[in-house]
Amino acid sequence: MTDTNQTLLRTPLNALHAELGAKLVPFAGYEMPVQYPAGVLKEHLHTRASAGLFDVSHMGQAFLAGDDLGRALESVTPADVVGLKEGMQRYGLLLNDQGTIKDDFMFSRLVGERDLYLVVNAGTKDGDFAYIAEKLRGKATLTPKPDRALLALQGPKAGEVLERHSPGIDQITFMKVVRATIAGAPAIVSRSGYTGEDGFEISLEGRDAERVARVLLNEPEVLPIGLGARDSLRLEAGLCLYGHDIDETTDPVEADLVWSIGRRRKEQKDFPAAEKIMAEIGNGTRRKRVGIRPDGRAPAREGTEVADKTGRIIGRITSGGFGPSANAPVAMGYVETAFAADGTEINLMVRGKALPARVAPMPFAPHRYKRAAKPTQSGATA
Amino acid sequence: MSETRYTDQHEWVRVDGDEATVGITKYAAEQLGDVVFVEVPETGRNLGKGGEAAVVESVKAASEVYAPVDGDVTAGNPALADDPAKVNADPEGEGWFFKLKIADKSQLEKLMTAAQYAEFVKGL
Repeated sequence: MTDTNQTLLRTPLNALHAELGAKLVPFAGYEMPVQYPAGVLKEHLHTRASAGLFDVSHMGQAFLAGDDLGRALESVTPADVVGLKEGMQRYGLLLNDQGTIKDDFMFSRLVGERDLYLVVNAGTKDGDFAYIAEKLRGKATLTPKPDRALLALQGPKAGEVLERHSPGIDQITFMKVVRATIAGAPAIVSRSGYTGEDGFEISLEGRDAERVARVLLNEPEVLPIGLGARDSLRLEAGLCLYGHDIDETTDPVEADLVWSIGRRRKEQKDFPAAEKIMAEIGNGTRRKRVGIRPDGRAPAREGTEVADKTGRIIGRITSGGFGPSANAPVAMGYVETAFAADGTEINLMVRGKALPARVAPMPFAPHRYKRAAKPTQSGATA
Repeated sequence: MSETRYTDQHEWVRVDGDEATVGITKYAAEQLGDVVFVEVPETGRNLGKGGEAAVVESVKAASEVYAPVDGDVTAGNPALADDPAKVNADPEGEGWFFKLKIADKSQLEKLMTAAQYAEFVKGL
């Protein structure tokens, strides 16, 4: 793996990762920290107990400009973009013409600004940006921001820590987004993340990123957290990893992401493959994404076959491992819909043996988002 | 008198008469990270040199532990089922994986000494 490092891209925090003793690995074309000296287990538990700082600068950030921007973006996503209020962020699926999932992404409407701010996955960003630019040609202009960094500060102490460096920021609630100043640096801050915990995502100019990261790491509550713990945290939170749990072979209904389709969008059926997807919502799909808990202690990894009690293969695990907060192995995957009910007994084929497991509700660790006090709409979470 | 030998797959073998105790080296334990699950072989199982003998999993990945020599398993470490973290805390002591009755002691001569293994790790 060291041979290819010369061709890998580096985030503005690369030197800081090395200084902190990170184990750096290739990920989505970047040299990224998979763990720091504390190790994945401690990093995971620390994030849930206090606060963790993640470098996610490899993700794709962009601004979208144009007239009637909401309608333009709605041509490639079933999310309600038009109805997104100022100062709010939302989760959306990027669909291809067949209605399967090209990516999942976040989009925001900043207060007093016409443009939309997008964050897409690292491994798919070049393809996504080309696709969006092509599909929205003549209606909107996409401007990628490869020079921007993105930090995530996650965990129950994230609010009080960030408040010290940006007075007032702790007032914003889940899925709100603002322009703010963090330790003197201009930033776009959203109250969201990928751990199931309360926390923030902080978009900065690349040149400010290392200084701001050092300021946050200097707080006693904060440890640097690598991609290893990022993965175990999001799996416990039941959140999909693109390219594993969702991809261009899965659609929103199979993936159990129908909550991300706007109500108006369902009525108007004006998104890619809407007829097919609406029919699936009505009639059901052949398979469904579910949570899975092995009965024993052995983790079942991605690619593990799922069998019914007669030995017939009924599905496959798409993410699996050990959940440090669950203190047990946890997984998600696709099973035939007849086996998708919580509590259904199944077997996981691990190293040639059938290990008993059960379909289980997600998340495996409760979400602890700081939601607005007023009653909200559905039970949808991102 | 016991002697410890090492494999290029990062197992250690402590030889005491006809019996060998096998585990993974401190280097291997550090590379794996926090161990969360270990599966040791059943007593009586016949193992062939280089064959899969045990499984060790960290938060992120699963790895195999191979038999360093031919032999029959005389014990698996029962403590690792409840406390797999022993592999990180004391890899070359309480974190042992299994013991076996050595079938052919001449196979030990092909394994590395402590000094050779230290050199080997330095070159990785």
